[in-house]
Amino acid sequence: MKLTLPLAASTGAETDDLLLGLVGVSIAVLALVFGLMGFYIIRYRHNSPIDRGALEEKSFRFEISWTIATLVVFFGLFIWGSVIYVRQFQPTGNALKIYVIAKQWMWKIEHAGGQREINALHVPIDTPVELVMTSEDVIHDFFVPVFRVKRDVLPGQYETLRFRADRAGTYHLFCSQFCGTDHSNMIGDVVVMPAKAYADWLTSNGAGDTLADQGKILFIRYGCAGCHLGGGTVRAPSLAGLYGSPVPLSDGSTVLADDRYIRDSIMYPKQQIVASYEPIMPSFANVIPENDLVRLVAYIHSLAEEKRG
Amino acid sequence: MSQIVLPQSQISYLSDGVSLRSWLLTTDHKRIAILYMISITAFFFLGGSAAALIRYNLIVPEGMIQSAETYNRLFTMHGIIMVWFFLVPAVPVTIGNFVVPLMLGARDLAFPRLNLASWYLFMAGGFCALYALFSGGVDTGWTFYTPLSSNYAQGHVVVVVMGIFISGFSTIATGINFIITIHRLRAPGLTWYRLPVFIWSLYSTSIIFVLATPVLAITLLLLMFETLFHVGVFDPKLGGDPLLFQHLFWFYSHPAVYIMILPGLGVVSEIIPVFARKELFGYKFVVWASVSIAIIAFFVWGHHMFVSGQSLFASVLFSMLSYFVAVPSAIKVFNWLGTLHKGRIRFDAPMIYALGFIGLFTMGGITGLYLAALAADVHLHDTYFVIAHFHYIMVGGMVSAYFAALHYWWPKITGKMYPEMIARAAALLMFLGFNLTFFPQYILGYLGMPRRYHAYPPEFQVLNVLSSAGATILAAAYLLPLFYLTYSIFRGARAPANPWGSLGLEWQTPSPPFTKNFVVTPTVTEGPYAFSKHETFDV
Repeated sequence: MKLTLPLAASTGAETDDLLLGLVGVSIAVLALVFGLMGFYIIRYRHNSPIDRGALEEKSFRFEISWTIATLVVFFGLFIWGSVIYVRQFQPTGNALKIYVIAKQWMWKIEHAGGQREINALHVPIDTPVELVMTSEDVIHDFFVPVFRVKRDVLPGQYETLRFRADRAGTYHLFCSQFCGTDHSNMIGDVVVMPAKAYADWLTSNGAGDTLADQGKILFIRYGCAGCHLGGGTVRAPSLAGLYGSPVPLSDGSTVLADDRYIRDSIMYPKQQIVASYEPIMPSFANVIPENDLVRLVAYIHSLAEEKRG
Repeated sequence: MSQIVLPQSQISYLSDGVSLRSWLLTTDHKRIAILYMISITAFFFLGGSAAALIRYNLIVPEGMIQSAETYNRLFTMHGIIMVWFFLVPAVPVTIGNFVVPLMLGARDLAFPRLNLASWYLFMAGGFCALYALFSGGVDTGWTFYTPLSSNYAQGHVVVVVMGIFISGFSTIATGINFIITIHRLRAPGLTWYRLPVFIWSLYSTSIIFVLATPVLAITLLLLMFETLFHVGVFDPKLGGDPLLFQHLFWFYSHPAVYIMILPGLGVVSEIIPVFARKELFGYKFVVWASVSIAIIAFFVWGHHMFVSGQSLFASVLFSMLSYFVAVPSAIKVFNWLGTLHKGRIRFDAPMIYALGFIGLFTMGGITGLYLAALAADVHLHDTYFVIAHFHYIMVGGMVSAYFAALHYWWPKITGKMYPEMIARAAALLMFLGFNLTFFPQYILGYLGMPRRYHAYPPEFQVLNVLSSAGATILAAAYLLPLFYLTYSIFRGARAPANPWGSLGLEWQTPSPPFTKNFVVTPTVTEGPYAFSKHETFDV
């Protein structure tokens, strides 16, 4: 019986320090409470002849001291936990982006090169990975215990999960949000591979077209090209160079064009209108399935890279 | 031999009418408490049987129960029954109903008929839920997350939700009844700072009843509309937001956690001074800790959603507030220890339950710190760690407190003494069985076992078997009181008016009390735990 959980991601090291710190605090507090309780109930049992002396009259000093002591310790733990958590949300440059689509009851993984897998995720070692995740039906949760990461996967929006694996091996992937009958079967493997092996794996599973290439075909099929490629009669913002850049909106605010923004703009175009454009784009909600959406998003992403060279 | 005829005011409430009608149409708060007690005991053993089957299933990795459908229905039923039909009404409504008027020196609650109506609403809700759970069941978990519950679940979601909705009105009515009784029906001289801490904790609980339960009612109503008519409040396909449900649900259900623990804290604050024969340390701090818990409890609901996609800012804010709500709980533990210091401690059964409560509540509270720390919660959320944490509070805490209260006031309620040694043994067995059941689950959670899994990877088996073994001990410990307390009703020794040497008003009237509680309304001249002034009174 193993009582410790291996760590396979450098991004989880800080979480382990925090857990260790919490265990330390718990042991100290439990030793204090159980120690005092045990000591008092033996020393002051009713038939013990020990002299109780004068009773403490003023409890005010005690109350203030232990209230402040508790506050200080708790506030320290709050800061510690929050700093790590906020850091987990910071984007890392050059992350390998992989799309995850959850449904009852399987994980569908879409790699940028067009490789697809079900209930398995292959990632290279020592590379920052960014998962862009959504669900086709209910709420699921992507949980890899050895990475110390977990994030709900929601229908109708993109959630991002980041990690950097640093130990080769095969590990559990769990769905940890109850999602219906076969919830406990919605499990899979995360395979962390050395760079060379990963490259080989990509080649041997190559599907031909990359995700962006497939997206380009869909871009024409769904009629996006009609307006957004400039040749049409309707004035629509150009998508070249869009991804990753700030977009000024008609209400005066600015939003960063990330995967979530692009998805939302396709599904709910009236919610965030680009400044100086008319809100004429129709909604594609319930028209484009999630599989196609990730391809479109990948294509629009690739347009930005082309422009930057 | 001439028969002695007692005046009407001096008949014990138990002998004041024996027909079924005299029980079912009673407006006596004590009889209504008994009605509640019988109902929640049935619910407790029903919910407990579901728990037993859950632990039975998890003995082997592939699951002893063949079908995942059955397993999912079992844990849903366990959660719904235990939360809404046992924990919420256990101490506040059942024990509270019996002792609140007695502690205040009143003849009854402010609205006796409303009190009876509350019980009927509770039972109507209970039968609705039972019908749903037995005629096909519900497979959503007790949390009913959308869109699973509204668009994908099979089973009687609407009926069970209707049951909870109806029983919610019962708790609102009881809350109002308690608040008004505490404000208006205190005996002469019973000022706010002379109130027993149990009354203060019920007052805080009642505020949550009244303010939070309507939010649950609205949420459940929306869920019913969503399920039946697809109105699109929570369904992203119709432009709704699934997270909105979680915000609304936890806005009730987090304060509800304090509905389930505040009265327990009150019971322990009541028992510790009596059996340590010493004034409660820091009375005012303990009292205001209860009130501040009840207030802060409304602002921490987001800590259930650290990984569910709420904003970064919201998560950080809710983490901080969650640490704040833990401070008053810690204060209470320190004050109980302060009360034990230099006491004359007796180890009667209620005290053993109360001491067990302090240990288990502290362990449950400490592990709450892990879940409030954002980065740690990312790893532990939705695993068995969470299961262990809230069972330490809800079962280790509140159920222990319920048993402590039951044993402490049993002589008053029934007029009979239970066999003391068996009761002490049961209390110890409960403590041991509980720890063996739930401590392994902390480790399981840390190792990554998600909750609500019908089958699990084989490396988790050893800890699961340990947990199931503990559950059998725990089950035996829960059955013991059922037997010896029932036995004591028929064969127990007669209880004196004040078997523990307590100073509360409820002990100044015979056991069992008269129908109208007191022949003469008592007058209060001192605080509830002034044991130092009653040195000679020591039993």
